[in-house]
Amino acid sequence: MNIIEVEQLRKEFKVHRSRSGLVGAFRDLWTRRYTTVRAVDGISFAVKRGEIVGYIGENGAGKSTTIKMLTGILTPTSGRIVVNGMNPHQEREKFVRTIGVVFGQRSQLWWDIAVQESFRLLKKVYRVPDEQYDRHMGEVIEMLEIGSLLDKPVRKLSLGQRMRCELAAALIHNPPLLFLDEPTIGLDVLVKLNIRQFLKQLNERYGTTILLTTHDMSDIEALCERVIMLDEGKIIYDGSLETLKEKWGQGKRVAFTFAEATAAPPLQELTVGLDVVWKKGEQPNIWVAHVPSGGVPEVVSRVAARYPLQDIRIYEASTEEIVRHIYEEGAVHG
Amino acid sequence: MDKYMEMIRIRFLMMLAYRTNYYTGILIYAINIAAYYFLWSAVYGGRPSMQGMSLEQMTTYVAISWLARAFYFNNLDREIAMEIRDGKVAVELIRPYSYLGMKAVQGLGEGLFRLFFLSLPGLLVVSLFLPLQFPEHAKTWFAFALSLLFSFIIFSELNLLAGVVTFFTFRNEGLLRAKRFIIDLFSGLILPLSFYPDWAQRWMHYFPFQAISYIPSMIVTESFQGAAARDGLLMQAAWCIALLFPLGWLWRAAKRRLVVQGG
Repeated sequence: MNIIEVEQLRKEFKVHRSRSGLVGAFRDLWTRRYTTVRAVDGISFAVKRGEIVGYIGENGAGKSTTIKMLTGILTPTSGRIVVNGMNPHQEREKFVRTIGVVFGQRSQLWWDIAVQESFRLLKKVYRVPDEQYDRHMGEVIEMLEIGSLLDKPVRKLSLGQRMRCELAAALIHNPPLLFLDEPTIGLDVLVKLNIRQFLKQLNERYGTTILLTTHDMSDIEALCERVIMLDEGKIIYDGSLETLKEKWGQGKRVAFTFAEATAAPPLQELTVGLDVVWKKGEQPNIWVAHVPSGGVPEVVSRVAARYPLQDIRIYEASTEEIVRHIYEEGAVHG
Repeated sequence: MDKYMEMIRIRFLMMLAYRTNYYTGILIYAINIAAYYFLWSAVYGGRPSMQGMSLEQMTTYVAISWLARAFYFNNLDREIAMEIRDGKVAVELIRPYSYLGMKAVQGLGEGLFRLFFLSLPGLLVVSLFLPLQFPEHAKTWFAFALSLLFSFIIFSELNLLAGVVTFFTFRNEGLLRAKRFIIDLFSGLILPLSFYPDWAQRWMHYFPFQAISYIPSMIVTESFQGAAARDGLLMQAAWCIALLFPLGWLWRAAKRRLVVQGG
């Protein structure tokens, strides 16, 4: 069953272009020039119940705009959205009861009052019965380890403490669908781990569907089986993280540390027909072979048979590198 | 309804979070009224009455006007403008409540707090020193309370209208400041409307501003009695309803135009 269905979704913004200089500024007083920017340009996808989907892309690719349309904040220019069986924008007040949202860059807690007062207000806002609140939030508070923070005003919390409270606040009504817009931005490693673990538990325990945007590829690796990649408002990849890695991993690098200094020609001769590129390492006795996927064992056995070796190290392209590569190319081929 | 009550409670908590603000608030209120009292005594200069009002009535008028203002006044327009400018409006729109409705309730919470914890104590302090003349009839007090509620509704509706304009312009501090002066001036807060020239008074009849301050103050000083008080209340009620239409229309248009700033 699909929790999110999006078809040919498009959002255009009119952007005011200012003219340069003083004269230009005066002319802007009378007539303004506008350009239309397509932030989201005809995207379609569907998300099933219980999935954790990573929604990635460069800054300005249209991720946040999509999330804001999916949560009913922005009206789409055209296209069809059905989330939890409703049109988010048209039935906003009813719809938002069924989702939880965390914006990493904005707080939704009240700055000057204690965290528990914010929780209490949200509990009333979402009309959560006491008994359900105590049971569910008790668990959430325990898992996020925020019990001791509840009586502090939000302004006194550290970013990591605040973000965990934000997450708890978004879950007060135990929504079946959770949107996270850069939830780990600016957090230290421990807090990141805690949050990831929590999201996993949440997904397993309650079957919560999660859609998250992030720039941290380790978030994606830890959480998401599926990735949707966006570039200039268009979807350029939608599929599993594994497939993305296989297609774009571009083989592996093998660093050989030889017993003695050696030169490139004999090495190239040795691996002829294997499509290997040799590059010089940091020291005269280190050489790095770029090997296409599947070719590593053959290369290693040929080299090891011919030369005395001190060390072999094998590197795989990280997701981070792969994604950077795709951003640079601007498309996923094949 | 529960969530709106809870929001009023939260506003109380927020106002109490800063104690110094609270105490200086009372002081400012008392100083304000005292200053107006001295100003008006100089203007009267020993004359028993002006425009049908005695000095006692005038002092009471001023004190009550400021008391009323503490209740109906709020910064909803600026709050909305700020939320749009820094993009916080996004967080409000993911909540299952009406954005404008919740804003109005927050204004009510703030107003009630100021009325009971700032203005009334301030008024008590002032009444020790200045000759104030309060009405004795319960009916007058009842009419005043009703009138005050209408004031709050009209003022908030105007504020919400001004705030929603930010959805279209993004920056409108100038407009908001102009609106504030116009309301203070034409609502009868600074000068009772009976002191304005006739042609100006005629014009002001067509605007909602006098319904904000002039009418409740005239009711409580018993300058409006019987039919006059009833007409005043009816006029306020009419404005309460009339302003809902442009507000609803503008809000629907604004939601379509919304751009969330900053990612």
